[in-house]
Amino acid sequence: MGGDTYLDLVNSGFTAKVAKQLGLPRPARLRRYRAGAPLVDGPVLVLGEGGDADTLAQFLSGTSPEHKGWDLDVRRHAGEGTRFAAVVLALTDVAHPRDLAEPLLTLAPVLRTLAPGGRVVTVSRAPSPDQAPALAAARQGVDGALRSIAKELRAGATGNGVVLADDVPVTAPAVLGALRFLLSARSAYVDGQLLPVDSAAGALPADWERPLEGRVAVVTGAARGIGEAIATTLARDGATVVAVDVPAAGEALAAVANRVRGTALQLDVTADDAGGRILEHALGRHGRLDVMVHNAGITRDKLLANMTPDRWESVIAVNIAAQLRINEALLTSGDFTDAPRIVSLASTSGIAGNRGQSNYAASKGGVIGMVQATAPLLAAFGGTANAVAPGFIETEMTARMPAVTRQVARRLSSLQQGGLPVDVAEAVAFLASPQAGGVVGQVLRVCGQSMVGR
Amino acid sequence: MAATPSSPPAPTTGAPRAVVVGGNRIPFARAGGPYARVSNLDMLTAALDGLVARFGLQDEVLGEVVAGAVLKHSRDFNLTREAVLGSPLSARTPAYDLQQACATGLEAVVSIANKIRLGQVESGVAGGVDSASDVPIAVSEGLRRTLLTLSRARTVPQRLKAAAALRPGDLKPATPRTDEPRTGLSMGEHQAFTTAQWGISRQAQDEIAFASHQRLAAAYEAGFFDDLVTPYRGLVRDQNLRADTSLEKLGKLKPVFGTRLDTPATMTAGNSTPLTDGASTVLLASEGWAQARGLTPLAAVVDAETAAVDFVHGEDGLLMAPVYAVPRLLARQGLGLGDLDYVEIHEAFASTVLTTLAAWEDKEFCLSRLGLDDALGTVDRERLNVHGSSLAAGHPFAATGGRIVASVAKTLHRRRAELLAAGEDRPVRALVSVCAAGGLGVAAILEAV
Repeated sequence: MGGDTYLDLVNSGFTAKVAKQLGLPRPARLRRYRAGAPLVDGPVLVLGEGGDADTLAQFLSGTSPEHKGWDLDVRRHAGEGTRFAAVVLALTDVAHPRDLAEPLLTLAPVLRTLAPGGRVVTVSRAPSPDQAPALAAARQGVDGALRSIAKELRAGATGNGVVLADDVPVTAPAVLGALRFLLSARSAYVDGQLLPVDSAAGALPADWERPLEGRVAVVTGAARGIGEAIATTLARDGATVVAVDVPAAGEALAAVANRVRGTALQLDVTADDAGGRILEHALGRHGRLDVMVHNAGITRDKLLANMTPDRWESVIAVNIAAQLRINEALLTSGDFTDAPRIVSLASTSGIAGNRGQSNYAASKGGVIGMVQATAPLLAAFGGTANAVAPGFIETEMTARMPAVTRQVARRLSSLQQGGLPVDVAEAVAFLASPQAGGVVGQVLRVCGQSMVGR
Repeated sequence: MAATPSSPPAPTTGAPRAVVVGGNRIPFARAGGPYARVSNLDMLTAALDGLVARFGLQDEVLGEVVAGAVLKHSRDFNLTREAVLGSPLSARTPAYDLQQACATGLEAVVSIANKIRLGQVESGVAGGVDSASDVPIAVSEGLRRTLLTLSRARTVPQRLKAAAALRPGDLKPATPRTDEPRTGLSMGEHQAFTTAQWGISRQAQDEIAFASHQRLAAAYEAGFFDDLVTPYRGLVRDQNLRADTSLEKLGKLKPVFGTRLDTPATMTAGNSTPLTDGASTVLLASEGWAQARGLTPLAAVVDAETAAVDFVHGEDGLLMAPVYAVPRLLARQGLGLGDLDYVEIHEAFASTVLTTLAAWEDKEFCLSRLGLDDALGTVDRERLNVHGSSLAAGHPFAATGGRIVASVAKTLHRRRAELLAAGEDRPVRALVSVCAAGGLGVAAILEAV
């Protein structure tokens, strides 16, 4: 892979000084997960009034009577000179846009001293047309404010939110799970996102370091790039991994399977019996199948004006038709019923569109529609289907872009850099985890708050 | 006259069955091709890596890994053990090298199966590897002796005397030869005698070669090798495979063996196996071991027989030993050719297959030489080498046995499942026959599980 030389230059020695003086964009080295590292690197400020704020503060600090909590150094007031690693804004009680002033203006001075790689996370409730206009306005206001704050942050800090449905308590597993994910280094390249939690389903893991212990996960396209990172990350989180890729990628696939102590399955996902063969392998070898990650994907870029049928059809076949067929096989098997998880790779192209990618965007838009419609089919088993939409990720594919285009693409996000395959993998691992059970039919963007799309 | 040795009793029933669980090989490459700079150790390790990945054997302590190579560097004295140490298998997995010319791979399968049946091991990997590209080059005998004498010499005059014994001709390196040491003839020249002796036509040989390519290509297209082969060094399929070959194209090739015989030469580069690089592995286990790991037994290794012929004095053709091994094996198991659903006869040359079949169909030969009371019989061509064999896949000597056993075990298991689905519950069996240099031949019977 190309490697981001510019990022290296603005972060070291003399060139860093020059970049600062010239006012050039200065992307930071992002805080990423390391085993044994603390969840956050310093005190956490919990802002907001009311019961939910107190409950969250108690949970984070480990003083809650019902939950074990995370033993963080939690403060309820922004003391002078304290350098906070994270700020949680409990905004579930806002009823009028006026109510935003108090917590946000309290946040204002804290932002100036936020630690590098810091976190701002809002916890709010979803607006809807059947609410009083002032209430809906206040709740939707959180969305606009958070996205703007995220754009204001520097030095690898990110701003994200968790948006609860009205009947979901703040102690629901997915609320705490999402909050922990967004506070942690695992969400390094997730920025400016508001993740809805629509149900209280899910379960807190016995061990937060290995939430997928005892689970069997299938990852397609696992031989290299993002798929390899997903296989590695799921295995790190405790899952037994079945690594799937086309037979021609078998050598790299075997290396991945051996590294993650899983099994390799050489399979073309577009084969009619792909779903059956995946099930047979997972059940036969590992006794179960819990997580299906649809990562295999191809691009055959052309302007629609120059599009050929084979370019269009092959992209649809691999990127969406294969996923639909495999999901159907899993859903009708009767063996995918223990809080199953489907996580599918979408793309910012599928959200905002991309010139020359009408076929790819159709397939990735299709993925979004698919997970939204598949999630309800899994709800009865405590299952979920969600998508992850990567933005600019440093892979072999993006390394082939023209150099200038690549440099520009990297800077077109709040974090002013491309993400790494592991950043996408972390998001997939979160959605695959038991604690994410209340996140259903959503698209989680991993794009560093790309300027493209929402 | 070769008398049939008295058959030992069939293995006691009640002993654990040794089953083939699966296999893995790298695509076979033509000598000087993509694996030209790859060692036997690299290839065997790669085949083992793929097997471990397919079956999730990381950190597993297997009973034994047995493999070998025909063309071997002296530094590879512990080739198989080194491959195990370089693989994700537990370093506590024992291993040893075995070599029986082209029968190495099949003999490795038989060795492990026997240990499993005796209860000495629960699991094992049989394998083989050969490189016709990365072959050892030795110094000449003269130079070797001089160097050894020099190393023993203690005084300057002794050293000078030893060095003086060196002749310019001694500086020529010695490349390995696959010619028969006792006759100086290549395997092809030997087989040309046998081909002429049995009157095997060029057309019949080309048809065998054509079928081999057609069937191997069809098997690849059908995804048959998706769980048998792991690509290596950019090679995804066997390099020697010519899916587009035809009888016309094969018919145009010039004969390369038997050109100095009185009869017309019929053996070409198309109906003879090319020099090949590659490696294969087969996972064997007791049924209990396989079940405990969620692995599906494909076929049991029922029995095996090795024969040898006196080719030196011209009594039999160099590659005709399987002709003797198979009837003895079938007799011991109380089976006839008609009881076999599949017959795999290694295609060293197309004519090897044809002379073997001709001998079994020849009543006079079967009576006088095999000690039978009638011709052994005819092999249905539809059951012969159904997914192609060495003419299309290539033949890295020691790797061929593993290739055949893994493929035929999968074929047997599939066939049995099909029959069961159709309500037919009967044994499904295959015969595997591999000829080898030195007048050797190994045959084995596998039965679907």
